[in-house]
Amino acid sequence: MTVTIDRAAKARRPRRPAEARESDGRLAFWLVIPSIVVLGLVILYPVIASIVRSMFGDGIGESPFVGLQNYANALWGLGAADFWGATGFTYFVAAVTIVLETLIGLAMALVMNRAFKGRGILRASVLVPWAIPTAVAAVLWKWAFDPAGIINALTGSTIVWTGSEIPSTIAIIVADTWKTAPFIALLILAGLQVIPDEVYEAAKIDGAGAWQRFLRITLPLVRPALLVAVLFRMLDALRMYDLPWIFTHGSNGTTTLSILTFVFIFVTAYFFVRVLGVNAVESVGGERKERKR
Amino acid sequence: MSIATRPATGTAPGPTSHESTPRRRRLRWDLPGLYVGLIAIAIFCLAPFYWMVVSSLKAPNEIFDNSLIPRHPTLMNYEAVFGAQNTFVLALRNSLIIAGCVTVVALVFGVIAAYAIARLNFRGKNLVLGLFLATSMFPGVAILTPLFQLFADWGWIDTYQAMIVPDISFSLPLGVWILTSFFRAMPWELEAAARVDGCTRGQAFRRIILPLAVPGVFTTAILVFISAWNEYMIANSMSQTPASQPVTVAIAQFSGISQYDTPYGTQMAAGVVVTIPLIVLVLIFQRRIISGLTAGGVK
Repeated sequence: MTVTIDRAAKARRPRRPAEARESDGRLAFWLVIPSIVVLGLVILYPVIASIVRSMFGDGIGESPFVGLQNYANALWGLGAADFWGATGFTYFVAAVTIVLETLIGLAMALVMNRAFKGRGILRASVLVPWAIPTAVAAVLWKWAFDPAGIINALTGSTIVWTGSEIPSTIAIIVADTWKTAPFIALLILAGLQVIPDEVYEAAKIDGAGAWQRFLRITLPLVRPALLVAVLFRMLDALRMYDLPWIFTHGSNGTTTLSILTFVFIFVTAYFFVRVLGVNAVESVGGERKERKR
Repeated sequence: MSIATRPATGTAPGPTSHESTPRRRRLRWDLPGLYVGLIAIAIFCLAPFYWMVVSSLKAPNEIFDNSLIPRHPTLMNYEAVFGAQNTFVLALRNSLIIAGCVTVVALVFGVIAAYAIARLNFRGKNLVLGLFLATSMFPGVAILTPLFQLFADWGWIDTYQAMIVPDISFSLPLGVWILTSFFRAMPWELEAAARVDGCTRGQAFRRIILPLAVPGVFTTAILVFISAWNEYMIANSMSQTPASQPVTVAIAQFSGISQYDTPYGTQMAAGVVVTIPLIVLVLIFQRRIISGLTAGGVK
């Protein structure tokens, strides 16, 4: 819909001479094509290959064409338990980490939005968790969650964190929250900083308390930045790989499962964009295209 | 995300204004509470890193005592990291080569693509933007198996390019977005003036626009370098021997001084070594990094 409106608007606009547009188009083609080739090789080709491969059975030598049988297996056949288990786990971890990260990030951003000495140092230290490679962070948290490690020593417990499902889930959530909440905080902080001080002044004069100002001014005005941060975070969280892998060497997704995962991520993103109204005109155009697959 | 509708202010290139804007009146907020909050943030962010440094300075017989300050600080773990049984120095070199190549190539591709998107009028622009967005949504795991097969057919397994090419494609979407927003905010009257004075489009770009775009390009370079330096998933399957292994893979596979338990001390020391260049980057360029991240994130 947005695309057609766009075109109509363009058609009404006075245009430059046809020749100039022509050369614009040719130049643009040569400028954009290197990126498109790399993306095509690394993303599009593998995706198409996966889709084709997912229509064939497993086996040595000639693998028979089975149509959508693999998908059926994964969704309600033999693999259903594994697939829904993994999907449920992914969504659960994503939901919990996103809620935690958003709350902690919002709190951090509100504090950092005040004037204070040593602002630069604090902002640099907030970037530290973001800058540490996930592989290093995973090793670090694995050590912290070791049965003889610091977490058990501090909490006085003797849990074998990486040994069973619930403790290792908690460990993964803690590690991921630590790594990403500061990043969310920076995104929200950028949103907070464009709110003019005059709005708060006016509200104060009108007798609004701190809590009221937060609910009626800060939250609505920071909402766009907040939603986009959450959307990006969600896409990342649903694709999380290295952290759980180094932690528990959990099972890998097969080709079929991965494509389904993408569809799931896509549908989630789509709902998010549509229902919550994240301002993303271009993205809707892009996602439309994906959905036809 | 929608570059077209995003106001250029707030995420514009160059030094951001919030450092210089006087926000004194907000100081009235109760100070003790503020400092408690600030200290809490610092502890939250830095304590795990501190623990990594402390653990790396402890000898294997001391590491499990969980004391917050090493009683007998030793560089033994660092000796093990750079010692013979771990090919860590080689891994550091590999990481530098891979991340360096990714940064250079991704920037060249990203700059020209972003220029086209920001400045030229062409059919299918929305499609191109959509493609960049869609690819940034992809779960890497979904492309891992077919990509591995493709590179195996080409004999690329265990080579640098098997990691460089995918890393470029992962950094392109973010890079193109940040650069496009920088290019959109540029004073294009200068380009027009140069054209009037007889420059060709290429000359005007090279002599006028590119020098002005240096801050944006530099910010993007830092972000791309850090993400390539931190990449693990692709590297973990494409690099089979230490000859091409980057540090992230090497650390996860570390063998320590003693053979039978997980060499936490050595791993922590290696983690510190890998993280220090990043911390230095963060300390020097924190303002640029933040402006780039927020331009890329709050699109």
